[in-house]
Amino acid sequence: MKVLTANRLIDGEAIWYSAGQAWSETIVGAEIAADKAAEEKLEAIGKAAFAGNFALDIELIDVQLVDGAIIPVRLRERIRAAGPTNRTDLGKQARSTTAAIA
Amino acid sequence: MYRYDEFDHDFVNARVAEFSDQVERRLAGEITEDQFRPLRLMNGVYLQLHAYMLRVAIPYGTLNSKQLRMLGHIARKYDKGYGHFTTRQNIQYNWPALSDIPAVLADLASVEMHAIQTSGNCIRNVTADHFAGAAADEVADPRPYAEILRQWSSVHPEFSYLPRKFKIAVTGAERDRAAIQVHDIGLHLKKNATGELGFAVYVGGGQGRTPMIAKKINDFLPEEHLLSYTTAIMRVYNLHGRRDNKYKARIKILVHETGTEEFARQVEAEWAELKNSELKLPEADIRAIEAYFAPPALVARPEGDEAVRLARLDSKSFAEWLDQNVVTHRNPDYAAVTISLKGIGEAPGDASDSQMEAVADITEKYAFDELRVTHEQNLVLPHVARADLKAVYDALVEIELATANSGLISDIIACPGLDYCALANARSISVAQNISNRFASLERQRDIGELKLKISGCINACGHHHVGHIGILGVEKKGAELYQVTLGGSGDENTSVGEIIGRGFGPDEITDAIETVVETYLRFRTDKSEKFLDAYRRLGAAPFKEALYGNEAKAA
Repeated sequence: MKVLTANRLIDGEAIWYSAGQAWSETIVGAEIAADKAAEEKLEAIGKAAFAGNFALDIELIDVQLVDGAIIPVRLRERIRAAGPTNRTDLGKQARSTTAAIA
Repeated sequence: MYRYDEFDHDFVNARVAEFSDQVERRLAGEITEDQFRPLRLMNGVYLQLHAYMLRVAIPYGTLNSKQLRMLGHIARKYDKGYGHFTTRQNIQYNWPALSDIPAVLADLASVEMHAIQTSGNCIRNVTADHFAGAAADEVADPRPYAEILRQWSSVHPEFSYLPRKFKIAVTGAERDRAAIQVHDIGLHLKKNATGELGFAVYVGGGQGRTPMIAKKINDFLPEEHLLSYTTAIMRVYNLHGRRDNKYKARIKILVHETGTEEFARQVEAEWAELKNSELKLPEADIRAIEAYFAPPALVARPEGDEAVRLARLDSKSFAEWLDQNVVTHRNPDYAAVTISLKGIGEAPGDASDSQMEAVADITEKYAFDELRVTHEQNLVLPHVARADLKAVYDALVEIELATANSGLISDIIACPGLDYCALANARSISVAQNISNRFASLERQRDIGELKLKISGCINACGHHHVGHIGILGVEKKGAELYQVTLGGSGDENTSVGEIIGRGFGPDEITDAIETVVETYLRFRTDKSEKFLDAYRRLGAAPFKEALYGNEAKAA
């Protein structure tokens, strides 16, 4: 299964496309594509965000569900979703809405 | 230090205005990312994992207090309260918003700084010995020549779209503290038999996925020919360097594939056309630039010896810092001080906004307003009266920057790695922190002696692992981090590339593996005077392999 992620143009913030049909600053609640058709739908949303100058570095990434939480498969994406592992006071992990654990 | 003239101010301000306009147009959607990307890279703006990253140039690593204070101000106002000093004597901010970067660049311009040519396939920040102008073993200050190269290479129309990035380093001493043999061009400033200044010229060194040691193509290039000869090298590279394969585009590949002799012949042929052109530096011009780097007026401070002697008796920690972080100055009343940015368990090269401001105060009060950034990710106060060393030490203790570990195993170079970098395959900072914590005891570190440990989170080798006495390279294998260990590298006047010792180690194994390597050295060294690198060169890899892999090593 996959989710759609990018960085926001104006500030570079890592963002994920959420099930609530908007881009979110946290991976929590990201829309999960479980089949090819859903992936294509997310891909189209990503392309539109790039073309619309809202986001860049758009990518579909592999995730798994662990106790209901969306956890990216690659460490790189887990760090993007949480923040630097040496500075837990920075990045998403420092905010009240917690993100994936790297 | 160098001061901007009217032309410099106008040029940098014009660039700030130009880039501000480009950012505005990008945010308004008038230009696409494909159009904007090369423009932002020319101004040092990358996109990393969490945010944009801004790399600010610190020419030959030299700063004054006003500039450092501004770097602290930028960290506080536009970033998250810290900056990261890099192996290219620059500083990087990890969290700026694109919309704020024009304001950051305007602030930088107000203190004669910029981010131009800190990225892209151009001539990057020219680096130099961090003890330049202070070192007792120096023939002459290399920075005037670095400044001449900086002026010549800034937006040079012929060399702004090279096959690949291009790095030049200059040293003015026999002991190479600028790692010139792992640069695209390395210049060793020296005097000939008649006392004239010139350079030994090295070409084609570099790290990355294909580490190579530079080849010397000229024993003595008179100083007046610095630009004509460098131009000749650049022309040969620009013409023949590969543009079809990014991984084979650096000058080191061209020199290697062409052969040193033939490459040198091509440079000589090109130079024959250039040596008497307008690129030949007039003596007056060299001396004019040199005047900017005139050493401060170092008044006699003979009371320093007694002050240091007494303070040493009074404080063991001061004595340890003195022994480790303070080096001889060409003036016996003075010393050069290394401010370690490698506190035990800290991220190498990071400094907070308040630390930067406090160091700026110390620089202004005790160090003739001059500070250096080292390629080993530390700071240096090049001119401190020995009589003031205790006061400087006390001030550094206050801001937790008095770790007495310069040149020891916890003085680790590490790239940002996977915690920040979009190119990385594995984390570097956490590995550095774990090793630093394991060897936290200063007594143990001092017993081990000089040991340069360098960590890169990918094959691009920003953490200089190839030239670490112990090098660690992070890779990704089957989705997990794996760390390869190299031994025997060195980035000084006897440069060598480290050898891969065997299979890699997981994140939970690498600290133990490093400890095994160190214990093996301690076991086999002749005595304490035989440093790690010397012992490795004498012993070879075998005892280290045996210690790390046991029977596995024998079977292989």
